Amino acid sequence: MTNYVIEVEGVTKSYGGVVANQSISMKVPDGKITGLIGPNGSGKTTLFNSIVGYHPIDEGSIKFKGQEISSLRVPQIARLGLLRTFQQTRIYSNMNCIENMLISVPHRKMGFADMFGEREDKATMEEVERLLDFVGLYEKRRLRSGDLSFGQQKLLEFAMALMNKPEVLLLDEPTAGINPTLINGLIDRLRRANEEFGITLFVIEHNMRVIMNMAESIYCLAHGEMLAHGSPDEIQNDQRVIDAYLGAH
Amino acid sequence: MNKNFSFKLHFPILVFGIAAPFLFPGLQLQFATLWVMVLFALTWDIMGGQMGYNSLGNIFFFGVGMYTSVLFQVGQFAEIGAYTAAHGGDSFTFTNAEYYQGLVIGIIMSGVVAAITAALLGWTVFGLRGPYFAIGTLGMAIAAGELMGTWEWVGAGSGISVPVFPGSAYARSLLFYFLCFGAAVLTFVAVQWIYKTRFGLAVNAIRDDEEKAEAMGIHTLRYKTVAWSISAFFVGISGALFGNITGIIEPLEVAFPTVTFGIFMVAMTLLGGKGTLWGPVLGAILFHTLKEVTWTYFLGWQWVALGVLIIVNVVFFQQGIMGWLMEKFPEKFGIVVENKEATR
Repeated sequence: MTNYVIEVEGVTKSYGGVVANQSISMKVPDGKITGLIGPNGSGKTTLFNSIVGYHPIDEGSIKFKGQEISSLRVPQIARLGLLRTFQQTRIYSNMNCIENMLISVPHRKMGFADMFGEREDKATMEEVERLLDFVGLYEKRRLRSGDLSFGQQKLLEFAMALMNKPEVLLLDEPTAGINPTLINGLIDRLRRANEEFGITLFVIEHNMRVIMNMAESIYCLAHGEMLAHGSPDEIQNDQRVIDAYLGAH
Repeated sequence: MNKNFSFKLHFPILVFGIAAPFLFPGLQLQFATLWVMVLFALTWDIMGGQMGYNSLGNIFFFGVGMYTSVLFQVGQFAEIGAYTAAHGGDSFTFTNAEYYQGLVIGIIMSGVVAAITAALLGWTVFGLRGPYFAIGTLGMAIAAGELMGTWEWVGAGSGISVPVFPGSAYARSLLFYFLCFGAAVLTFVAVQWIYKTRFGLAVNAIRDDEEKAEAMGIHTLRYKTVAWSISAFFVGISGALFGNITGIIEPLEVAFPTVTFGIFMVAMTLLGGKGTLWGPVLGAILFHTLKEVTWTYFLGWQWVALGVLIIVNVVFFQQGIMGWLMEKFPEKFGIVVENKEATR
């Protein structure tokens, strides 16, 4: 039997008059890579925001490992092990890469005294260096992260997410704005994060080559509604998806 | 910043701090005020520089500390209402033991009460961001001054006088000089330490991108509240000391001086370089020196001079002295590309 880490049930979210998500239901299986595609404005990021608690939902239920999380706030959900990255890369731009990584340690069990805890113990530093090496930023680790190139910032954000040891990682367009050679490296690293660290990935992506290669199952949104769900092959050959999003080749 | 550089600054400043009241006996209170300014800048920078919350109302805790201290100094031995009564008030004298006991407890409580006040206020004020936070905190400080000015029990607008020091004027200024110096050193040591712990990283993360920090699971409200409480603790203590130096606590000009000290703490930090350890210290020293010089030699033009300094600083030199040095000599601050072979 498949275990589902995220279970979304009948979620509706509207902004003013715009219904961004209309009774969306979907499930993310544990330990797998799941994709989310759809045209611009179809409600993908809204769904992400709803899952991580960025805004309250109008209706429906969102469960993380069986626990209802739709009324929790962003930091509480993050501390449960459900983390997201942003479409517009977000890092702490005035801090160097090492500092960005150090503060990204899991905050799950942090008590009051841990606020003034040691931040650079040996094990943490080794982990920081290993992960910065993993994304190829080791040499630049002492530079102000805001001075890195866009692609490098994206890699840093990914490394920060790994540093947090999440169980599930929601990635919002991880390859957008990254050059083709770097994309291959990033796909490889995403796969390895999934296989080696056991992190479940739920990925929004417009790059079809990337998502079709990586994901085991894909959801497609259009106009705020769930249009289709299936394996990459099924999605690619689904007439509704082709009409709404992929276009005829 | 490397240790060597820090030590090169620590040592002469300590020596100067200890020697100054003996070298310049006529300037003891000016120097005492200088250390209060250093404390102001350091504590403002916890919020404005390191955490990115530009509070214009930190001076609120100065007044809270000042009133708390005097109420403990007097209240332990006399009825406050009778002490402050404008007409027919009793006259009180304090014994030496009462004076010193009152002072010690007053100073400690001023810090504690200010910190607790900050923690309580934090739950509401931290709902504000950016300019709204600045204006909200400013409003809080102004309102506090006005409210204290109507509260008869604490002397209302005519204020409340601090118990009289039981020794010579020289001993008094020496004592309060060293208390101010000690408070500034303690503040420096405390902020230097907290910036080295996880706390420093967390407040920097909040400064750079609070939404990201929340998304990464950081207890942002907890860090912000504690940051403000730490800041308030030391500002409260400085209020207790300054109230005792002034002798009489009046709500608007002495306890809650929003347009002077309240703005100075921001200006000094910006001048020295916000978000750095030494910037506030250097900024406070420069600012206070310039202020004293203009007040002495260009009386009538002193506000113009300070105004020009603030404008030049804000328009042309936003990063401040330390920020400029970091831009100019990044490698001195450890901002370098380093490959594996060099380090392993």
